Parts: sequence; structure tokens; C-alpha cells
Amino acid sequence: MYNFDVEMPTSIADAVKALGREEAQPMSGGQTLIPTLKARLAAPSVLVSLHSIPEMKGVCKNDAGDICIGGATTHATVAAEAVDYPALASLAARIGDPAVRNRGTIGGSVANNDPSACYPAGVLGSGATIVTNNREIAADDYFLGMFETALEEGEIVTEVKFPIPEVAHYEKHLQPASRFPLVAVFVAKFADGVRVAITGASENGVFRWTEAENALSGNFSASALDGLSLSGDKMISDLHGSGKYRAHLCGVMAKRAVAAAS
Amino acid sequence: MPKDHGIGASSKRREDVRFLTGEGNYTDDINVNGQAYVYFLRSDIAHGTLNSVDTSAADGMEGVVKIFTGADFEAVGSVPCGWQVTDKHGEVMQEPRHPVLAHGKVRHVGEPIAAVVAETLEQARDAAEAIVLDITHLPAVVDMKEAVKEGAPKVHDDLTSNLCYDWGFVEENKAAVDAAFEEAHHVTTLELVNNRLVANPMEPRVAVGDFARGTGDHTLYTTSQNPHVIRLLMGAFVLGIPEHKLRVVAPDVGGGFGTKIFHYQEEAFVTYAAKVCNRAVKWTSSRSEAFMSDAHGRDHVTKIQLALDKDNNFTALRTDTYANMGAYLSTFAPSVPTWLHGTLMAGNYKTPLIYVNVKAVFTNTVPVDAYRGAGRPEATYQLERLVDKAAHELKVDPIKLRRQNFIMEFPYATPVAVEYDTGDYVATMDKLEEMADIAGFKKRREDSEAKGKLRGFGVNCYIEACGIAPSNLVGQLGARAGLFESCTVRVNATGGLVVMTGSHSHGQGHETSFAQVVADMIGIPEDMVEIVHGDTANTPMGMGTYGSRSLAVGGSAMVKATEKIIAKATKIASHLLEASEGDVELKDGAFTVAGTDKSVAWGDVTLAAYVPHNYPLEEIEPGLEETAFYDPSNFTYPSGAYACEVELDPETGQVTVERFSAADDFGNIVNPMIVTGQVHGGLAQGIGQALLENCAYDSDGQLLSASYMDYAMPRASDLPFYDVDHSCQTPCTHNPLGVKGCGEAGAIGSPPAVVNAVLDAMRSGGKDVGHIDMPVSPHRVWEAMNS
Ligand SMILES: Cc1cc2nc3c(=O)[nH]c(=O)nc-3n(C[C@H](O)[C@H](O)[C@H](O)COP(=O)(O)OP(=O)(O)OC[C@H]3O[C@@H](n4cnc5c(N)ncnc54)[C@H](O)[C@@H]3O)c2cc1C
Repeated sequence: MYNFDVEMPTSIADAVKALGREEAQPMSGGQTLIPTLKARLAAPSVLVSLHSIPEMKGVCKNDAGDICIGGATTHATVAAEAVDYPALASLAARIGDPAVRNRGTIGGSVANNDPSACYPAGVLGSGATIVTNNREIAADDYFLGMFETALEEGEIVTEVKFPIPEVAHYEKHLQPASRFPLVAVFVAKFADGVRVAITGASENGVFRWTEAENALSGNFSASALDGLSLSGDKMISDLHGSGKYRAHLCGVMAKRAVAAAS
Repeated sequence: MPKDHGIGASSKRREDVRFLTGEGNYTDDINVNGQAYVYFLRSDIAHGTLNSVDTSAADGMEGVVKIFTGADFEAVGSVPCGWQVTDKHGEVMQEPRHPVLAHGKVRHVGEPIAAVVAETLEQARDAAEAIVLDITHLPAVVDMKEAVKEGAPKVHDDLTSNLCYDWGFVEENKAAVDAAFEEAHHVTTLELVNNRLVANPMEPRVAVGDFARGTGDHTLYTTSQNPHVIRLLMGAFVLGIPEHKLRVVAPDVGGGFGTKIFHYQEEAFVTYAAKVCNRAVKWTSSRSEAFMSDAHGRDHVTKIQLALDKDNNFTALRTDTYANMGAYLSTFAPSVPTWLHGTLMAGNYKTPLIYVNVKAVFTNTVPVDAYRGAGRPEATYQLERLVDKAAHELKVDPIKLRRQNFIMEFPYATPVAVEYDTGDYVATMDKLEEMADIAGFKKRREDSEAKGKLRGFGVNCYIEACGIAPSNLVGQLGARAGLFESCTVRVNATGGLVVMTGSHSHGQGHETSFAQVVADMIGIPEDMVEIVHGDTANTPMGMGTYGSRSLAVGGSAMVKATEKIIAKATKIASHLLEASEGDVELKDGAFTVAGTDKSVAWGDVTLAAYVPHNYPLEEIEPGLEETAFYDPSNFTYPSGAYACEVELDPETGQVTVERFSAADDFGNIVNPMIVTGQVHGGLAQGIGQALLENCAYDSDGQLLSASYMDYAMPRASDLPFYDVDHSCQTPCTHNPLGVKGCGEAGAIGSPPAVVNAVLDAMRSGGKDVGHIDMPVSPHRVWEAMNS
């Protein structure tokens, strides 16, 4: 680790101000950032902790019936408190291990947009809205590629708003070493259609499988996916699985998610 | 009735109290006043010419004490190799120089190039970043078969090739073996890879060097399985420090698994630098460094063939193995694929003719050496996969084929130089069949199939050799060390004992089980016996702990020393009892004159030894302290039979282990609970190798699995509840306790059962692929199912 200063603002406004300092970077749960700092792969001069900002924490429901989760809410809190959205609570409950869940946050996860992270699938699959300190961004416009998002320099994720589907399920096949998803699929059925989001597979990060969505919107059953497949060409290929294998798993996980949801 | 103390009792592990309450004293807990910290700048490329190491910008940086480079170690010895193998032509192996810090060339990712000693670790790292390296990249050799081809880039320019040795065993039998294959009714052939592993002990390596200017004494605190061996190797061969000026302490060690046997450059560095810098120097490996600097394990590529006659009797076996040495010869590396591997190729079977060829190869990878099992897992895996394959080719039951070829009479001299003293392979297989509930398998398979899963059953046998010995034989085989063990037993005046053993405990529970033995021999409570180990200053010269040798060899030395104590104490007692020595016997902590009620307590005798007022001073010396060295006449040969049941998801390729049964014969058992625990740990590592663990390099020699993000360790949820039994006991005939060794069996015996079970599951799904390499990852299974 290189040396850095730490700021501990207690409001979003103060956090934004602190992020105006040169080479400042927000830190939420630190579960991604601290290992990066330890490996000396990042060298911020100021870390702005989002840990002590009460308005960024907690799970509640708004008037529209959406579940609203503060950007600094831990995975463990979501697992315990997002009772109105069981599929999302279950996704949070299966991230990493207890230590990770007690520190890591939804804001950190969606800001980081790791191509194998769980939350991006839940957020995109739900058609959620990412709320920042100065705007609201629809999930469809937010995830731009591997580790890339629509966030601007110094912009922080303060909340994520999830509409609650009729049924939903998150199915994940684990990468054996990291226990991140090798491929995971989030399926959500709303009154006006089905959304299917896939993480772990694509070189461009989380994506929607529109062909599957169309098939499922007409017939929400696993058999509706028979015959559908994705190409492995632009999929991640590594020690743990080829692109072809990942493409195959997309189909298997999607079917299992639908079967579990229906 | 199970015993509640002494030999045979499941006494609770006394050391666990401190381990589990955070009171252990590990090397990283040791801090010497005024110590500095070292950070090693390591190569991030696999192969290159090191043109220059420019430290000028780093030298003056804040906190820097001194920066060392390879040039500083030119006059220092090479990190030695402890075993010299002679090849099939009678030539000794090629043995490259192994510098403390790279000089002239870098040969693997992770090789230390420079060492920065500074006030703090972060300052040392800052300065290391300011060191400028001028390296010309060279093509790396990673694949062993490519490495031995004509014209391949050479890892060591001064060697004739990348071939360390080409070993034939037993060379004189080769023609007869080949002839038997000519006449065979059936030949089964198998090509396989025994995957490279990283040991990953929970505690990474740590070394603290200290130097006392006033006396000229060096001290090295290090995470070692054998402090005396480190003292000898480092003192005599690397740094030229005589043993009496060098103390090596290996305090609590958080797991070794083989990788902490070896003498590493970092140990020599801190010892050397402490004197140069005139202050203690500490190094604590990060987990990332551990991946690229701890010796790796396994990494064999093998072709093996079995010849059978028309009645399915094994008539001959031959193997052709490439064994990766990595870039340098680690301490015992040459012995692992030869004397710890070739000698085990008979397994549990009476195959009359065997020939083993091993080519040891240098590559631009981390050195490879012994890892839990060391050579025996590689032997067992190929043999037990091969026998299973033969059974399927011949359409005979794999258990029946094994039973038919079992060795039935002991002692049994194998065609690969060793003689098994005892064993009962039928008994362990009978026990296993009962444990594995083979009759219920059909129903369990149907239940799995109803869920859309496949289910497979696999078995294997194993034989292994523990307590490598005797010294005069291993010396002929190339060992540059003895393989005895030592013990000093000191009885204190009030009757308590301090047992100073040359064995080292790094998780095995010696502090408990060794005390059980001594307490049992004397008939006193276990808590009157203290086990001391791990410090060259207060233990006799001993060879340490590896190869499941501690109880069989170290325990035997302890028994011999305790027998000497008892003999002397009996003399003192007979004097006190005014009886003749032959009439006095020790029982339950008291000396009694046979047939009378005259007795004297243990504590009165020990007090007399140190307060010799009423004492036969003209006949015997006062005091009660004895030392014994024990050099075994043979290895011990634990054996057993294992069964694994897996469920396989044909859609994802995911394999889960549903049942695992292990029937072992470890001879006599001192502490059944500890033995069970040792088997459990071994099984976790064996199943881990079979399903998860894989140390992978790319063709440039970059380590792909360099962290837990990519190196899959087995976790509790990957493992079933094991069914473990060690009631089949054929005691070892040549050591006083009749014990064998149990530390490695689980890791040796389990991989073939797992892979055999996976292949059985795949066959039940209509796919007979013949073989699948470890780790049997979901991806590999899916590819095989869809090939
Ligand atoms: C052992 C382990 C296992 C894991 N397993 C999984 C898993 O199975 N699935 C999974 O999805 N994840 C997993 N993770 C990652 C974990 O979920 C992280 O917590 C998460 O990815 C990042 O959240 P964080 O709060 O820790 O963010 P941090 O590490 O604090 O920050 C991550 C990045 O986001 C930025 N950032 C943080 N918060 C905000 C914000 N509110 N607005 C804008 N930028 C922000 C930071 O500057 C940094 O660049 C694992 C991590 C570990 C260590």
C-alpha cells in the first residue's frame, strides 16, 4: 500500500466535496479496493469513506413500491432486510463469505462492475435505477462494459431502486476458486414482460439475453428456452472455462432460474 | 472399552488450546529488538538475461538500510540439493548452481533478484520500485517434453541440456519386462498428468535472522519442519557457519505439507544480512509470494502400461514419466520421482516384472519438491487408474481384478527393491466393501438419476512407504543425509519428564501423542510429560518431520531413550528396595519387588537420582537423562482401500463427492482421534487435487493460478462427511511400537478413487472416455461429455 489520507464524511454533500480533492477515490466496503491497494495497483492520495453516511444506508420501500437500497448498504443487510424481494435478498446472501458480506456494499459492487459480479445481474435483470448524487440512471444505460459504467469522475452511487417483479430467481454456477459466478443468470418476470441478465460470461460484462426474454415473455417456462443458444465467441475464456462452455452454461442457468422462479 | 489415557487413548490435543485461543507462538510472532524488514524484488518474467540491477536511485531512499543484489552473493555458497540421483547410464544427475539472489539470469517468475532491507516493509517496497532492472527476455521452457528436445532454450547455460537425469529402475529388468509385454494376452495403456499443486499452508513462510556481535552467534527463526537439517544445509553449504555458532528455531508452525522441509534462499538471506547490517532482519512471505516461491508439488506426465495374461493376472508393468524439477533443484526434489515413486510401483499387487523410467526436467517454473505423499501419490494414482482401466477393458469387476492380484504373503520382496514387512490387503478391502455399502449403490444411483444426475462409484487400493530408511541404504541411493531420529529424555527430580525430540510438530499433535507413549511406558499421567521440539539449542540432532516418519522413527528413538531411563531408574529402585534388579518391575508409576508388596514410587526414585544420599554412586552416575538415536531397518508400509461416490451434473459438468470411505491399516495406533484427523486432512488434499487444485502456467512461464482467485482450494462444502476406519491393523515388525505412518495416506489414496468414480458416472451416462485428467473441473467434465 502507498500512503493516503482518509476522509470520513457524514453526508453525501460532504463526500462529494471531499471527492473534489486531487486523486481522491471513494471507498465503500473496501472488499475490492483494499486488495487493489495492497497489491499497489492503485494509488489514490485521498480515500473518501462512504461508511459513515447514514443517508446512504438501509433498505426501504418508496411510494411507487420500489425497494430502495442505500449505496453503502452491505450485502448482509440486503440479505436480511430485502424481504419484499426474495430473489435479490438471496443474491446478496450468496456473495462471497460472511466477512465480505458484512463489509461489501451494493454501491461498491455496481460502481466496480466486475464482469463476474452478482449485483450487476440483479440490477440489470430487475430494470433497476441507479441513483447518484446528481442524477438517476436506468440500468440499461448504466453498465457500459467490463469495469465500465456511466458514472462520471467523482460521482457516487447513493441508492439503487428496484421495481419488484412478480417472480424472479438468481441462478449461479460458481467459479471453483474465487466462488464468484462463472456464469450466473438473473431472471425476473414483470406484468409487462421478462428480463434476463447474465453475468460472468461476456467480455463486455453483464448483458441482457433479449432472445430469451422474448421467448419467456410469451411462455414463462424453462421449455420456452429450448433451442435458444448464445455464441461463445465474445465470451470470457480462461483457466476455468472456455467461451463455448460459458455460452452453454448461460442456457442451463437461464432454464434453471426460470424453473426455480415459476 | 476404549482406553482413556496412554497408548490407544484418544487424548485431546493439548497443543490445540494455544492454537485455538490465539496463544500460539509462530515465527511471525517473533520480533527482535531493532529488527529491519526485507522485501524481495522478484522476477516477473520466466526467463531472461539479467544485464544489470541498478540500485542507485533506491539506495538513498528513506529508511533504506542496505540493498543486496546477486553480486553480493557471488562468494556465498549455492543453495544445496540434498539428494544425488544416478541415472540409467551410471552418470550422476546434472546439478545447477542455485544462487541466493539471481545473478546473470532469471529462471522463473518469483525468483528473487534484489533484496531491500529497510526500517519498515513499506519503505523496503518503495525502494524496490526504484530499482531499475535491465533484462533481456529469453524464450521460456515450460512444457517438459518440449524442454528435452534438441535445440530447446536451456534453463541453465552451463548444463548440457534441460534433462536433469534419465533414471531407469530396475535397469537390469528392462529386457525381461519388455519381453513379458510381447507375450501378454492383454495390454492396457494409459497416459495421464499428475497436476502441479501449491501446498498453501495456512501460515506462509517467515524467516528472522539475528546476529549477536558480542558472541558471534547467529540465530535463525524459521517456519521449518526440520530445524537441524536447515542448520546443517545452510551453515555448512551456503554460509559457512559452524553449527555451534548457529541456532535454528522453528517454533509453532502452521502447516508444512512438505513445502517447509526445504532450505530456501530467504532463510540464508536473513541470516547473512543480519550480520552485514548488524541488526535482525525479518521476512514474512505474502500469500502472493508463497504462490511463486514455495516449492510446488507433483507435476508428472506419465505413460503407463500393464500386461495381463489370459486369466487376468498382472504379468508386467512399465512406466515412462517426465517429472518437473522447475528451474532449480529444491532440497529433496531429485528423490521424489525416483526413490519415493519408482519403489512404490508394485502397489498392492504381485506383478512380477516392473520397469520404471523417469526423466527429470528443468523448466522455467518454480522448483518442485515433496508435497504430502511425495512420489507415492504419483505412483498410486497412475497404478490405480491403470488397474481400473484394465478392469473396464476386460469387463471384469475392478474390485475382483484387484483382489485376484493382491500380494497375500508377507514379508514380500517387490521387483522394485523394497520389502513389505506386513499388510493384509484382503482385510482392508473387506472392510471397505462393508463401509461403502456397495449393495445400496444401485438405489442411490437411481435416486440421483431421478434428479437428472449421474452417479459413479470408484475404488482404489494404496500402499505407501513411510519413515524412509535405513541410512546406509539411502546413502547408497544418493541421499546426502542420514535418516535416523533422535531423542533425549530428561527426568526432573520430582518425576516430571522433558522429552526433547528431533521430530517436529507442525499440526500433527506430537505434543499429545508422544507424551501418551512415554506416560504409558512409565505408568504416570500424561501431563507429567512435556514434549520439546523445534529448537537446535535444546534438542539433539534430528532429521525432522516429513514422509510420515515421526512416530515410526522419532517415536522409536523416544521409546529407546525411555527404555534406558527405565533401566537406570530400575537400578536405583532396586538399590532403594534392597532387592536384586531382576526382581524389580515398573508398573503404574511404581517399582515393586515381584511377589511382594514392597514398592517405591516413581517420584522417590527420580528424587534419589538428583539427591543421591542413599545411592549406589560407585556403580551408577547420579541424574536421570538419556539420549537415543534410532535408525530403522526398513520403511513401514501402511496400506488401505478407499471408495468414493460422486454425483455428476451432466448439464454443467459439476461433480460433488457424496460419500467417501477409507479403510486404512496403520499398524498399532497411539491416538485414534489424531489418526482420524490426519486421514481427514489428507483426504481433503487428495480430493482437492482430484477436483479443484491446479497450478497452471502459460507458455511464457507466467503463473496463471497465482492467487486464490484462480487456485481452487478445497473448502468444507466441497467435501462429504468421511467414513474412516483403521481397525485393520498389521503391526510393523521392525519398530518397537509396531506403528506405521498415517500423515499422508489420505492424500495418497484418494485421487484415483475420485477419478475412477467420475469416469464410472460418465459411463453410466453413456460416455466412456477412458481417462480424464485432474483436476476434474466442471469445464473438463463437460468437454469430455460432449467430445
Ligand atoms: C473473498 C471475496 C469474495 C467475493 N465474492 C463475490 C461474489 O461471489 N460475488 C460478487 O458479486 N462479489 C464478490 N466479491 C466482491 C464484493 O462483493 C465487493 O464487496 C464488491 O465488489 C465491492 O463492494 P465494496 O463496497 O467492497 O467496494 P469497494 O471495494 O469499497 O470499492 C470498489 C470500487 O467502487 C468504487 N466505489 C465504491 N463505492 C462507490 C459508490 N457508492 N459510488 C461510486 N463508486 C464507488 C471504489 O472507488 C472502487 O473503485 C468478493 C470479494 C471478496 C474479497
